[in-house]
Amino acid sequence: MNYEFDWSLLLQEPNWSWVVEGVSNTVQLSLLAWVLALTLGILIGAIRMSRFPFLRLIGTTYVEIFRNIPLLIQLFLWFFVFPLLLPEDIMRAWNRLDGVPFLTALIGLSLFTAARIAEQIRSGISSIPKGQFLAAYSTGLTEFQTFRHVIIPYAFRVMIPAIASEFLTIFKNSALTLTIGVAEITGAAKTIEAYTFRGIEAYSAASLTYMITTASVVIFMGWLEHTLRIPGLIGKR
Amino acid sequence: MDFSVIPNNIEFLMLGLMRSFQLAGFTIMLSLPVACFIAIGRVSSRRAIRYPSAIFVNLLRSNPLILIVFWFFFLVPLITGKTLPEFYTVLIAFVIFFAAYFAEIVRSGIQSVGSVQVKAALSTGLTYAQSMRLIVLPQALRNMLPALVTECVIVFQGTTIAYVIGMREFLHSTSLVAERTVRPVELYLFAALVYLVICFAGTRLALFLEKNKDKAR
Repeated sequence: MNYEFDWSLLLQEPNWSWVVEGVSNTVQLSLLAWVLALTLGILIGAIRMSRFPFLRLIGTTYVEIFRNIPLLIQLFLWFFVFPLLLPEDIMRAWNRLDGVPFLTALIGLSLFTAARIAEQIRSGISSIPKGQFLAAYSTGLTEFQTFRHVIIPYAFRVMIPAIASEFLTIFKNSALTLTIGVAEITGAAKTIEAYTFRGIEAYSAASLTYMITTASVVIFMGWLEHTLRIPGLIGKR
Repeated sequence: MDFSVIPNNIEFLMLGLMRSFQLAGFTIMLSLPVACFIAIGRVSSRRAIRYPSAIFVNLLRSNPLILIVFWFFFLVPLITGKTLPEFYTVLIAFVIFFAAYFAEIVRSGIQSVGSVQVKAALSTGLTYAQSMRLIVLPQALRNMLPALVTECVIVFQGTTIAYVIGMREFLHSTSLVAERTVRPVELYLFAALVYLVICFAGTRLALFLEKNKDKAR
């Protein structure tokens, strides 16, 4: 293997601007998508546990469809197919918008991840022993109050690791949006590699972004989990 | 909409789907043995084994698959000095990437067996390797089967990423036909449906195995 390293090339223009733009796009996209996916995911998770079979069916159908189609295909559907199905004048307006790839990526990532979060919410809530519900009802709390004061505070803590790992999943999945033209960090690294043939330096910049973020989120969530733990329930460590 | 483009190009599309299955199949077959070694390394009492395995797993798990594929497309020609066919380069990247994920599943499977079993096995005179192979891994395998099936579905979904570097898998064949016939709506919907049916069957199988896990004993 014969390779001369030149790390300074990442700091040269235009490479540096590409890296900065890439990191900022990745962070913005994943944070926005995470918030949207969390909101929608909680809603769908709640629907899946509803008393009404029809609502449950909608929730289950959503989860199965969005979980079982690969994300890349979902992105293609939103990018290539969805605009063609719109009425013509709306389609024109959509195509005239700024940053269509970013918006498409945001929709695709959020809807995909919402299905996964809905599953986490459901398994988080079903991990709570039935006795908790029965005890809460027997003290005279209504169903809403039971969830509000007893179940959610428990379930939230149980779900912290899962919700954190979903953020990391979005963060990594956002790399796929380079296929529809979002200039995120993996795409930026690929561009730098294509222009300079310096793959190791370029891809290191991207890998480092992902690894630093992963490490920070893992450390922060470990701390949060430790701080919020309920004595005797999940404070095993 | 005119869905007749699909029967008209079905042979070409199915060749792509076969390629996707091949990639997923070889990835699973090759990464599982690697994953077993790494998982055993992860639970080893020796730091010199435990730390490198942990670094391997965490390094790969914190990067997106698409970036790992790009890395290998750059590194494989650099190290071997020649360009391998793209299928093999993608396969190497996939095997190494998914070995890290499978290793975590195998590890939690091993840890679900319990150290009492290992102690009992060792006290009957088995060596450490024998007790792993004969006592721990068979039980671990049963416990982790649902998670393994789920991960296989993820591998199959992951094969779409080979599209990005131009390997002729199912998504790539679909996009080629979509461009040639100018019927993207029909073709991408068809591709989505095919993946949906296959992956739905896989996740249902995982669910079934999960429910029947305890009955099998």
